[in-house]
Amino acid sequence: MIIDDLIEIATKERASRKKFTIRCCMAAGCMSSNSEAVKKGLETAVKEAGLDELVEVRGVGCMRLCCQGPLVQVDPAGALYERVAPEDAASVVGTVKGGQTQAQRGDPNSPFFTGQFSIVLANSGCVDPERIDSYIAADGYKALHEVLREMTPKEVVDEIIKSGLRGRGGAGFPTGLKWGTVAKTENSHKYVICNADEGDPGAFMDRSVLESDPHSVLEGMAIAAYAVGAAQGFIYVRAEYPLAISRLQTAIKQAKERGLLGSGIFESPFTFNIDLRIGAGAFVCGEETALMMSVEGKRGTPRPRPPFPAESGLWGCPTLINNVETFANVPSIVRKGADWFASIGTEKSKGTKVFALAGNITNTGLIEVPMGTSLRQIVENMGGGAPDGGSIKAVQTGGPSGGCIPAASLDTPVDYESLAKLGSIMGSGGMIVMDDTTRMVDVARFFMEFCMDESCGKCVPCRAGTVQMYHLLSKILARKATAVDLRKLEELCDMVRNTSLCGLGQTAPNPVLSTLRFFRNEYLELLGPEVHGPNGEANATPS
Amino acid sequence: MIATVSKPKQSRLTEILAHASGDKRFKILEAHMKKHQFKQDALIEVLHKAQELFGYLEDDLLLFIGYKLKLPASRVYGVATFYHFFTLKPKGHHTCVVCLGTACYVKGADKVLAAIEDQAKIKAGETTRDNQLSLLTARCIGACGIAPAVVYDGTVTPRQTAQSALEHLKGWIGHDH
Repeated sequence: MIIDDLIEIATKERASRKKFTIRCCMAAGCMSSNSEAVKKGLETAVKEAGLDELVEVRGVGCMRLCCQGPLVQVDPAGALYERVAPEDAASVVGTVKGGQTQAQRGDPNSPFFTGQFSIVLANSGCVDPERIDSYIAADGYKALHEVLREMTPKEVVDEIIKSGLRGRGGAGFPTGLKWGTVAKTENSHKYVICNADEGDPGAFMDRSVLESDPHSVLEGMAIAAYAVGAAQGFIYVRAEYPLAISRLQTAIKQAKERGLLGSGIFESPFTFNIDLRIGAGAFVCGEETALMMSVEGKRGTPRPRPPFPAESGLWGCPTLINNVETFANVPSIVRKGADWFASIGTEKSKGTKVFALAGNITNTGLIEVPMGTSLRQIVENMGGGAPDGGSIKAVQTGGPSGGCIPAASLDTPVDYESLAKLGSIMGSGGMIVMDDTTRMVDVARFFMEFCMDESCGKCVPCRAGTVQMYHLLSKILARKATAVDLRKLEELCDMVRNTSLCGLGQTAPNPVLSTLRFFRNEYLELLGPEVHGPNGEANATPS
Repeated sequence: MIATVSKPKQSRLTEILAHASGDKRFKILEAHMKKHQFKQDALIEVLHKAQELFGYLEDDLLLFIGYKLKLPASRVYGVATFYHFFTLKPKGHHTCVVCLGTACYVKGADKVLAAIEDQAKIKAGETTRDNQLSLLTARCIGACGIAPAVVYDGTVTPRQTAQSALEHLKGWIGHDH
């Protein structure tokens, strides 16, 4: 494969396009609403109407407005249809000939769509994720060619540093710095790992990216491997995402066939292979050291850092670990330049962020917005606010490691620092909207139960502390607790946060702390009067 | 002492291997291990395959895998019990997985689960006595846009209520009482 071959594939693919394209969403959300039957129906209808020469039916990745699936769009008219049933297929196809359809019309000009700014999701909903040629026609693998033929590894690292890209897995560590550290180590064996163990409940951005545009992740990983000097990569993906796994398998196979993975890529000395590793349902494996244990086929328990994976990771070799979304940003940065990327977002948080909007909100689905967009813009304007006229009470970000941001702080811009100031975190991008029917103490207990179950058991503060906090929260909810219990809960939060081994334990108290900070009244309302013992000391349990 | 302990262990292994030679599924599993060059770091992949073939991981199966990958039984058992995805008990004919992710939870997945538990007279994680239904919960299946979601025999079904879930489970439960 040389650049001419790539250009030829792209030209051929573009030339084969027909006058009308009907795109049908084939991501997991729409597929569970029967979009597979809709796509089949559309294909049959095209054939029956004898429109084979004019109309292409393309299965694409996530079209974002998941709550209205299955979504179908007819181009070039740009007519969007929602909740399409297989019976609607014939009439939707008929619209290209000026016919009418009873299918529900969507509005592609609503704020939900117009407020988006796509970098990571640029191909999502446009390219066919099961055909590499479709990705190549959208300028795919051009960035890899440019890097291999025209840049030194150091220049690639510098470009990423200049772009200001930060890790999208939640912590926001500067990506270029991480690449630079791995690149500097002198070791003949290095690894690149893509963390696709998206365990935060309520987050589905990585799943959508893998299902909708798997090649952008593969290309990003290959560029990273060239920059740091690795020849082997792993993608660690959750077993709960069967569709993402099968799309990745297809993508890797096709990339190998095209010579875009394997040895001598673009006739350069660069060799890179990617293997899939399937998780087995352990939240803690999203933590990088635990993830590496799991890739090695062991129990996924974390270990203390340092040494950081960049120095000693997989099998003791320097290892670069980045999140799915981080890798998916890379090809665009190389293609369009670091300056372009750095011009988007805020001073310290560059680029865009993909959020999974869910919960008690009118429009649920995927959104990608520039960093620094206010929560209000996302939730009220794009998300359409709470359904049925309810009012928004809080927005939860960061999953079990994050916190609840009250409605009063909705004008906060979304970037790493502003969210941290409010006691939450950016997290991987799950955004759950809660309306006034949600009880915050209940939410805190929900997350604590999660952390209690998912604690790997290696260190005591997390293993025992989360259980104690869960019991205290249950006691408060059962109206059996007093102010003494609340004090004990706060002490425990502090202890678990400061003494746990890994991120799971260190952030487990966040949901409790943030709800205590903004919704303390809800806790106080549930407390009983303090009972004093015979010597005047406060007693935790009223008799 | 060592001899008396190791002897029954040895004979058990012989029994397992004899049993395995007559079962096609063990051959498929071994071919899968061969694909991974019997590498020890492929243990999780091998366990996935084993569970896919046998439905659950019984002790003999774990010993067989340990023997083939040259891993101590403790390591295989340790990994099999660490991850939620692996089950050491047989599952029912049908499975019903209620997603309890945050989005599903705030949309009332807890009520859906309670209704099913009540109707099937089992708790989450259990199987009905007639072996018809296993009721499980998931941490998040990433279908938050269509919450609350329930997975019936591998099919993700959107926007469930207590009523629609019970309707779906008709025929799967209620035979043993």
